[in-house]
Amino acid sequence: MGVTVTYLSLIVLIPLAAMFVRSLGDGPAHFLSVATDPRTLAALRLSFGGALIAALINLVMGMLVAWVLVRYPFPGKRLLDAAVDLPFALPTAVAGITLTALFAGDGWIGQFLEPLGLQVAFTPVGVVVAMVFIGLPFVVRTVEPVLADFEKEVEEAAATLGASRLQTVVRVILPSILPAALTGFALAFARAVGEYGSVIFIAGNMPYQSEIAPLLIVIRLEEFDYSGAAAVGVLMLLGAFLLLLLINLLQAWSRSYERR
Amino acid sequence: MIATVTPAANALPAPRRATREGQGVRWLLTTIAVLFLLGFLVLPLIAVFVEALRAGWDTYVAAILEPDALAAIRLTLLVAAIAVPVNLVFGLCASWAIAKFDFPGKSVLITLIDLPFSVSPVISGLVWVLLFGTSGLLGPFLAPLGIKIVFAVPGIVLATIFVTFPFIARELIPLMAEQGREAEEAAVSLGASGWQTFRLVTLPNVKWGLLYGVLLCNARAMGEFGAVSVVSGHIRGLTNTMPLHIEILYNEYQSAAAFAVASLLALLGLVTLVIKTVLEWRYGAELAATRRH
Repeated sequence: MGVTVTYLSLIVLIPLAAMFVRSLGDGPAHFLSVATDPRTLAALRLSFGGALIAALINLVMGMLVAWVLVRYPFPGKRLLDAAVDLPFALPTAVAGITLTALFAGDGWIGQFLEPLGLQVAFTPVGVVVAMVFIGLPFVVRTVEPVLADFEKEVEEAAATLGASRLQTVVRVILPSILPAALTGFALAFARAVGEYGSVIFIAGNMPYQSEIAPLLIVIRLEEFDYSGAAAVGVLMLLGAFLLLLLINLLQAWSRSYERR
Repeated sequence: MIATVTPAANALPAPRRATREGQGVRWLLTTIAVLFLLGFLVLPLIAVFVEALRAGWDTYVAAILEPDALAAIRLTLLVAAIAVPVNLVFGLCASWAIAKFDFPGKSVLITLIDLPFSVSPVISGLVWVLLFGTSGLLGPFLAPLGIKIVFAVPGIVLATIFVTFPFIARELIPLMAEQGREAEEAAVSLGASGWQTFRLVTLPNVKWGLLYGVLLCNARAMGEFGAVSVVSGHIRGLTNTMPLHIEILYNEYQSAAAFAVASLLALLGLVTLVIKTVLEWRYGAELAATRRH
């Protein structure tokens, strides 16, 4: 017990507290000037906006994938199910250079998208693609067990009462997997906001356009602007915290909906 | 007779249709899911190895046996060898305390343990620079003593520990909580000491969950990029881990070499995935508890 708290404070709490202290190290005016700098705002907008889009894609695709993996038999299913965890196991730098190679103009996927006028690598679209990749397992893994436990009787009851299949899925099954899906959404979102390794290779990193907030921290650090770097870090933490709070409220609401 | 059977036979297919989707819908959904997974997961994995071997086997071997690459591999192994055992001890302590005892502030503690998961890796590195850097809060006191933490190996180890901190505890807490404390209480009432109870009762009960946690922790420790990149200082041959070495090679347009080193890390990821899957298939029931939180 004592060991746990001590170790936790040493490794996690004190360093994080240091960041908050340092962000005000050069006075509140400097913090404000960093917080209102258009470049900071653009980076934060890309990180949070991209993460939101990616998490939404993951929410929809994650539920679909979980549904197929739980309900439908098809060859190679167990292997694909195991492969879902790949983004957790594959180091982010490896994912980053690989996605870039795939989506670059001469890459396996990029060569088909480029003629359509869709440039993915080195644009904000690429940022979203990388964020979808790293957030993919979260929704699938939170929804899968709930769906597997879902009792067939409930669906049968709905059908007996005259519900069509679509009605059963939308009004009976969906509400009961929604809390789990939202948890997965929140985790995928939090991960995508802070993601660095897999994004910087594919992003192109143009200031004001495809520069993510974590990269801006690194740039400020390399300029020895420690309090500036800390300020961006604090803004990111606060933003993520607020959004997660919002998602928690949403979850509480969807749970109460389920109970009704 | 026939008249009474016919309506029943007509009514039967209706509920069956209503509890499953039509063949077309099934086929469509399966195809979308499989294509999505193949495109987003399997294709990148294949691409790593194809790109790595694009310039031929000799280039591949040369890229890995290059002194800087070897130094990076050594450092990565060293960092994992320190970070994983440290977090193993902590993970056991924390999950033991949380699952087997009641105390105020327990849920806060669980949230705090999860914190490194939701913090950007870059921030995880940044905090150490702010603490121990030359103009950091503690740096000025350590510099005269000749202790260098940031832009040196200790900083890399600290950042890695921070990032991989929750993995083992998170696997063990639900598992230990699931198993309850009856076995421990029985052991204590039979006269076992606290350490004996832990070693002979608690530990064997969670060994597969523990192995699983160690595996994930190790994969992350070896592959961590963001946090390590901020604290390392990128000194070739000295403070470059494998992921950082990949970045340098890639930025120098040595694509084949970058992918060669990347393929080693991808192999590590694959091995992790395989062991994890085998564990899940064999001890699925035991590990299922850890997924349900």
